[in-house]
Amino acid sequence: MTEMHMGGLNAEQSAVAELQKALGERFIKSTLSPCPVEFTAAFVNICNSQSCGKCTPCRVGLQQLHVLIEQVLSGRGTPETLKLIEKTARDISLTADCAIGSESAALALEAIQGFRKDFMAHIEKGYCEFTANDLIPCMSNCPARVDIPGYISLVEAGRYTDAVRLIRKDNPLPISCGSICEHPCELNCRRGMLDDPINIRALKRYACDHMEGDYEPEKYEPTGKKIAVIGGGPAGLTVAYYLTIMGHSVTIFEQRSHLGGMMRYGIPNYRFDKELLEEEVQWIIKQGVEVRTNVIVGDDITVEDLLEQYDAMFIGIGAHDDRQLHLVGESAPNVVSAVQMLRDIGEGIYPDFSGETVAVIGGGNVAMDVARSSVRLGAKRVIVIYRRRRVDMTAQQDEIRNALAEGCEIVELHNPINLELDHGVVTGVTVQPQIIGQIVNGRASMRDAKEDPFTIKCDRVIVAIGQSIDSRCFADYGIPVNKGRILADDGGVIKDFDGVFSGGDCVTGPATVIKAIAAGKTAARNIDTYLGYHHVIKRTVELPPVKFKGRISCARSEMNERGVEVRRHDFEMFEEGLSDEAAWQESNRCLHCDHYGFGAFRGGRIEEW
Amino acid sequence: MVNVTIDGKKVQVEEHTSILKAARQAGVDIPTLCYLEGVNEIGACRVCVVEIEGYRQLAASCNNEVQEGMVIHTNSPKVREARKTNVQLILSQHNVSCTSCIRGGNCQLQKVSNELGLFEEPYEKNVPINRFRYNFPLVRHEDKCIKCLRCLQVCEKIQQVHIWDFINHASHTTIGVKGGLPLNDTNCALCGQCITHCPVGALREWDDTDRFFEALADPEKVVVVQIAPAVRAAWGESLGLPREKATVKRMVAAIRRMGADLIFDTTFSADLTIMEEGSELLERLQHKDDHPWPMFTSCCPGWVRFLKGHYPELVDNLSTSKSPMQMFGATIKSYYAKMMDIDPDRIFNVAIMPCVAKKAECDIPVMNDAGAGPDMDLVLTTREVDRMIRSEHMVPEDLEEEEFDDPLGIGTGAGVIFGATGGVMEAALRTAYYLVEGENPEPDAFKDVRGLQGWKEASFDMGETTLHVAVASGLGNTRKLIEAIEAGEVQYDFVEIMACPGGCSGGGGQPIHEGKELAGKRGEVLYGLDKVDNLRFSHENPAIIDCYNDFFGNPLSEKAEKLLHTDHHAWRMPYERDQHLYEDEDYDF
Repeated sequence: MTEMHMGGLNAEQSAVAELQKALGERFIKSTLSPCPVEFTAAFVNICNSQSCGKCTPCRVGLQQLHVLIEQVLSGRGTPETLKLIEKTARDISLTADCAIGSESAALALEAIQGFRKDFMAHIEKGYCEFTANDLIPCMSNCPARVDIPGYISLVEAGRYTDAVRLIRKDNPLPISCGSICEHPCELNCRRGMLDDPINIRALKRYACDHMEGDYEPEKYEPTGKKIAVIGGGPAGLTVAYYLTIMGHSVTIFEQRSHLGGMMRYGIPNYRFDKELLEEEVQWIIKQGVEVRTNVIVGDDITVEDLLEQYDAMFIGIGAHDDRQLHLVGESAPNVVSAVQMLRDIGEGIYPDFSGETVAVIGGGNVAMDVARSSVRLGAKRVIVIYRRRRVDMTAQQDEIRNALAEGCEIVELHNPINLELDHGVVTGVTVQPQIIGQIVNGRASMRDAKEDPFTIKCDRVIVAIGQSIDSRCFADYGIPVNKGRILADDGGVIKDFDGVFSGGDCVTGPATVIKAIAAGKTAARNIDTYLGYHHVIKRTVELPPVKFKGRISCARSEMNERGVEVRRHDFEMFEEGLSDEAAWQESNRCLHCDHYGFGAFRGGRIEEW
Repeated sequence: MVNVTIDGKKVQVEEHTSILKAARQAGVDIPTLCYLEGVNEIGACRVCVVEIEGYRQLAASCNNEVQEGMVIHTNSPKVREARKTNVQLILSQHNVSCTSCIRGGNCQLQKVSNELGLFEEPYEKNVPINRFRYNFPLVRHEDKCIKCLRCLQVCEKIQQVHIWDFINHASHTTIGVKGGLPLNDTNCALCGQCITHCPVGALREWDDTDRFFEALADPEKVVVVQIAPAVRAAWGESLGLPREKATVKRMVAAIRRMGADLIFDTTFSADLTIMEEGSELLERLQHKDDHPWPMFTSCCPGWVRFLKGHYPELVDNLSTSKSPMQMFGATIKSYYAKMMDIDPDRIFNVAIMPCVAKKAECDIPVMNDAGAGPDMDLVLTTREVDRMIRSEHMVPEDLEEEEFDDPLGIGTGAGVIFGATGGVMEAALRTAYYLVEGENPEPDAFKDVRGLQGWKEASFDMGETTLHVAVASGLGNTRKLIEAIEAGEVQYDFVEIMACPGGCSGGGGQPIHEGKELAGKRGEVLYGLDKVDNLRFSHENPAIIDCYNDFFGNPLSEKAEKLLHTDHHAWRMPYERDQHLYEDEDYDF
């Protein structure tokens, strides 16, 4: 007999740990519509299963909490029941001896208080008023509500033009989204419960890359109404496209030389080829959109003039101003804002960083864009300086991964406090080491560590700490603005300004392309209604019937990335589309929640809007 | 065509056929619970599952199409076990009280469960509590509901009234009223189509049979029964009577055996309705600018409830004529009571109707024009009458046929076809033609308005004008028609609407047959009766001629207006749509 064994999990514990991991993953991919009361009951029950059983509040209290919530759910609850539920949860959280009891009760209490309205609806009406949308998972999470299972089935059937046509019913920028969409749709893909989510973005890109030919979208009769769209980014292009096919005359006013907004002036070519963007933009213009580039509203034409000449206006000016560190030396010639640098690249001006050490300050997607661009511009060394931890970065994990792969370094938990100057030129960034602390509003905060600052030597500094909005000319006209953001509701409507609509980054602050598209689509509908019409945008593509396939496990195909050593020297697209074989297999993996599950009954498809 | 093998049988079926239909074509029966052809093919109950070779998961046969080369097993060990488990799971949430259930013996769950040989219930019972209030002619038993969603789908897709909602989640999921309202606070038309499409006893009309028997037992009461046209085409179905035996005369014999004092034919008052409504139409046509157009029929209470609830701005388009049932009630308690010298307060008026909405109609507070309490005291559905015949232990086929009582037992073929969609229109046109032209048309001159299409239209020359008419049945079709009228896309003079698809033949009070829609077949019976009738014009009904000569004078006379017409504004649906329409007027909401 041995007296001592190594710590760690035994077989049973490992099995339970696996189950717990699966549970966690399952709930990330869960439906978006569980009843909050139902979910709280289940949550409390699971937490109860973790109780060791030693202490009263956790052993008995959590179980009684579950019984009480179940009473509410089965129509036997009263307002007294709810009071008892709250009291019990509070007392468990206050008296449990360890975190198993106290934290589960605290979370339950938070849920009960947050969902009080839902608890009361169950108690008073026996009716769950939780109106989560009943759409299928991928569409639920797509801001533009693109018919994802529909176009996947068209890709599977080899009808690529039809797939693009179906996408354009809800999103006129499929080529752009095929390259750069953040694909929130994939987060909830139910296939994830079986193996991995469908690679939806790759299938979109595949459809765009393999169209059999062009087509003419259906257009309504001309109405004679004129709409001014200010800003030619994703929101403006979307508004322009839908209003044009609805029969209105649209003019886009763009301050720069090309349309595309941040898709051109913010996203480097290796992520999204500008030729592809131009193809997308030209297709939209071809539908009859008038474009006036190099026109600055406020300088070249006033808001008043526009409102006089046009029947309605959409403001989609994006967030193109940079934010500053406010450190001495920021105006040195070798300090540049990320916004400015990417804008130059968008115009085709590529600086030369050969042999330089470049310090990038910031932790968002833009920081990664400039870091990866610097590598391609010849930098010897690229150092990303971020004051929190890498996991706290707002950049997508894929972006961080690729930046690291391409040789960028990340210095986390260091706050830039000074720019070292020599004869007016910055020679280094002095940073104060940080220590991570309390989580506030879901985000870890940091404070100065008891360590001394030191200087990171560099030849160039790129500041990528966010973008702001230049909306002064609209504010001057009286349009409500807060910190640069135009105050419009989620329908794009600006209070007290009839006929003026807004959406995209200039309303939400810097966000994603698909959110801007959704804002444009919504505004198009509301502008059309405002003008006294109701031009319906319908599905015009017949869908192939859904075939039973069972549910056979098959993992997800990823797009191929070009080798780091090759791609870090050019600005060509770093991702390559799926192979024919992989695209077919991937499209075949779709579980078709539009036909099975709840989608068989309701919410399977939005036929028109 | 697609080649498949089902239980070893090789068959060829059309592309895009569901596995369920393919199996039925191959003569293989797959049990179903939630399936309702064309309306509810959602694979919810998982009872119709089958095994397809090559796949681990079983597939619902109702919402999966056949594919070339599929080899399907409908009774493999895996299927047999899974199907039984699913029915047992449903039973664990079902109040299995078949002996006291209105659908005992006519229940799809009972049938499937018995067929599968489920004589044990392995799961602990977890039956929901009934939260429903019993204050409305439509009654729901939550403890019987199997969440098949058929009621909701029929209400949404066919009737488009949108009363039911799929509520709550997980094991607490059930069917509720949209917005959590009590049912009597909604715009429910009471068409009863949810009842006739419920596979179990979760939905029913409230039962009035006891009140009928009490009235029969009361020596003070003179119980007068009227039988609606469509009832004669359906009453024998659930009693096992062949159609040729299920005559209305045999039904008269059964009701008389129960003890009813007088039995009349609603066909008589259908003819009376034609006289009033036809005259009203001609009167409105003469003063075209004084009335909104088109004129709508008003004999279907489900339709009247729907219009008032959903399109209150069109209430003035309704004919002011009461329904045949209400006309009859007022006539019996006035004209007939006087003629026979019976104290009208002693009369207990009962109608046997294919309809649930009639139960609410007879309770409308202003339907008391004869001055002896409500004009109609009680409404029984066809189903309730069948239940009473059974509970009296009568053997209907052994009953000798008996005649209706005189004189209000006389009706014409024109009145009989009221029970089918288009029938009211056709009957009205026959008499309107006579009133305009002074001579009868061919009886079948207007048969273009027959048939089961949801929305029919026709034009007929009459005198110097051309009459544009439309007929719709089913409230979904009705909604389309009204939206088209409101959008100015169509123009009609006269429109007949029946709330139930196919008209009263397919009424919500008619016998229930799983998976069968019998409105068409029953309608054919009615048209057959009309064809062989000696009297095919309402204005030629001798009893009608007498009642005008002896009592009402002329159609639209003062007396007729008081007893045979009504003010549709005198009562309100609980939630009339667009209440603001009336805000400036003195309606009491």
